[in-house]
Parts: sequence; C-alpha cells; structure tokens
Amino acid sequence: MIIKVRNPIFAKYRFDVIVIASMLLLSSLLLLAAGIFKTEGSVAVVEIDGITVAEYPLNKNGEHSLNGGTNNLVIEDGAAYLNYSDCPDHTCERTGKIRYVGQTIVCLPNKVSITVKGNADDGVDFVS
Amino acid sequence: MKNKTLKLTTLALTVTIAMLLSYIESRVPAFVSIPGIKVGLANIAVIFALYKFGVKEAAAVSIIRVLLLSTLFGTPVSFIYSVTGAILSLTVMIVLKKLTPLTEVGVSVFGGVTHNIGQIGAACVMLSTNVVIYYLPFLLLSGTVAGIAVGIISALLVKRVRTDNK
Repeated sequence: MIIKVRNPIFAKYRFDVIVIASMLLLSSLLLLAAGIFKTEGSVAVVEIDGITVAEYPLNKNGEHSLNGGTNNLVIEDGAAYLNYSDCPDHTCERTGKIRYVGQTIVCLPNKVSITVKGNADDGVDFVS
Repeated sequence: MKNKTLKLTTLALTVTIAMLLSYIESRVPAFVSIPGIKVGLANIAVIFALYKFGVKEAAAVSIIRVLLLSTLFGTPVSFIYSVTGAILSLTVMIVLKKLTPLTEVGVSVFGGVTHNIGQIGAACVMLSTNVVIYYLPFLLLSGTVAGIAVGIISALLVKRVRTDNK
C-alpha cells in the first residue's frame, strides 16, 4: 500500500477531508439550484467583445454567420449551437446545444459568446 | 538545500515536467467542453516545488511555465487567462500552506479551484460580461475532483523524490 491507513495519517488529512467535502457540497448545491430553476429560453443573444450584436429567436430555425465569419451559429428546434469556429481549440463547437435560460457558449479566442435568455423582462438569469 | 547546482538542475527539470504535463493535457481532448476546465496536471510540479523548496521556487516554476508555454503555443489572449489563473492559484496555495493545517491534497484542491476561477474571472473581464459565471458550479466540481488527484500525486512525489545527494 502506498498510503498506509494509520491514525496519525488519518488525523493529518482531517482538514483536507472537511475542505473537500464542503467544496463538493457547495458545487452540488449550485448545480442542483441550476437544475431546479432552469426554464427554456426564447432568444439567443450574441455578444462580441461584450457588446450585444444580435438576438435570434429560438423558435425560428436558421444559420447565422457571426463576427465576420469566425463562428457559425445554428438555431434548430428551440436550441442554439455553433457548428463552425476558426479558432484552434473548437471548445465552443463541442459545448453542444443550449436551450435553457442562462446557458452560454463561449469562444474565448474570438471573444464571441452566445447566451440563451428568456423574455425581454426576465433576461437576467438567477446566477448573475 | 546546500548544493546549488543540484537545486538549479532539479528546479529546471521541474519546469520542464510542468511544461510537458501542460502539453500532454492540451493534446488530450477535454471530455467536458467548458472553457477553463482542466485537470491541471502542471500543478503537480508547482506543488512539488512549493513543498520541496519554497515560495520563491514555486513562483518561479509557475511563472516560467506560463511564459514559456504562451510563447511557444499560446496567443496573447490565452496568456492573459493562464497568467491570471496561475498567479491566483499560486497565491492561494502559498497562503493556505502557511496559515492552515491543510496538506498537499487540500492545498491542491484550492489551487485547482482558484485556477479555474481566475481563468473564468479573466474571461468575464475580457468579454465584459458576467454570463460566464454560469459555469462556476462545474468549475468548482471539476477543480475539486482534479485537485484531489493532483494533490495525492504531489504528496507522494514530495515524500519519495530525494533532492539531497547523500
């Protein structure tokens, strides 16, 4: 055995265990809250470098070229996703479809973000 | 440690290993596609330096790693994310090691989580938006789990690797 289970060693890691347990608890509570409060959004808001450049209703299927062609946004059956990015990491493409209020796709290299929002009034999501 | 050459060589090797670990990690496709989520294998080298040598050495390993990696593979934007995460996590780890009875494992968990938070914070500022906060729970969770693994490996290395030349 690499780690011997002896009392002094257990005592040594006591604080680590407490810290890790509370960290896991906190993150699961946050995730749970996100799950309970999720509502289907109505519009995909496109921001480039922090400025809102376009809003596309999620109930209208279509494709939109963003930021002069660096990213390509697809709206399909109430969900939005990016199917093209010219950046090397393609994280935004792998994020997949977003449909609930507050969900976001971010393309850091191109400074593009897509956020699902509800109606104009409840545009602020619960974690903001 | 008295032998300066040995210390220099060990630290140089630690930086090399940190860079290699980052590189390997970047080649493995992320299983969750959320910006900022990483296992943070390179933190093994930083924690090793922190416990084996000290604050100055750990800072050197961390900063040199980020500088070299950004020069070789990164972009100015990715450099800002990396350096924010690295400095934040380094500071938190140093303070926790000094002030709390946490071992390598606990320190590493906080290091991982704050690294993620630093990156997402930098993203929020760069994109002048707070929407990225939506990812926070995922970052906390992944940072904790990865931090445990990284911490255990670091603790073993600190215990097993000899840096004296007896």
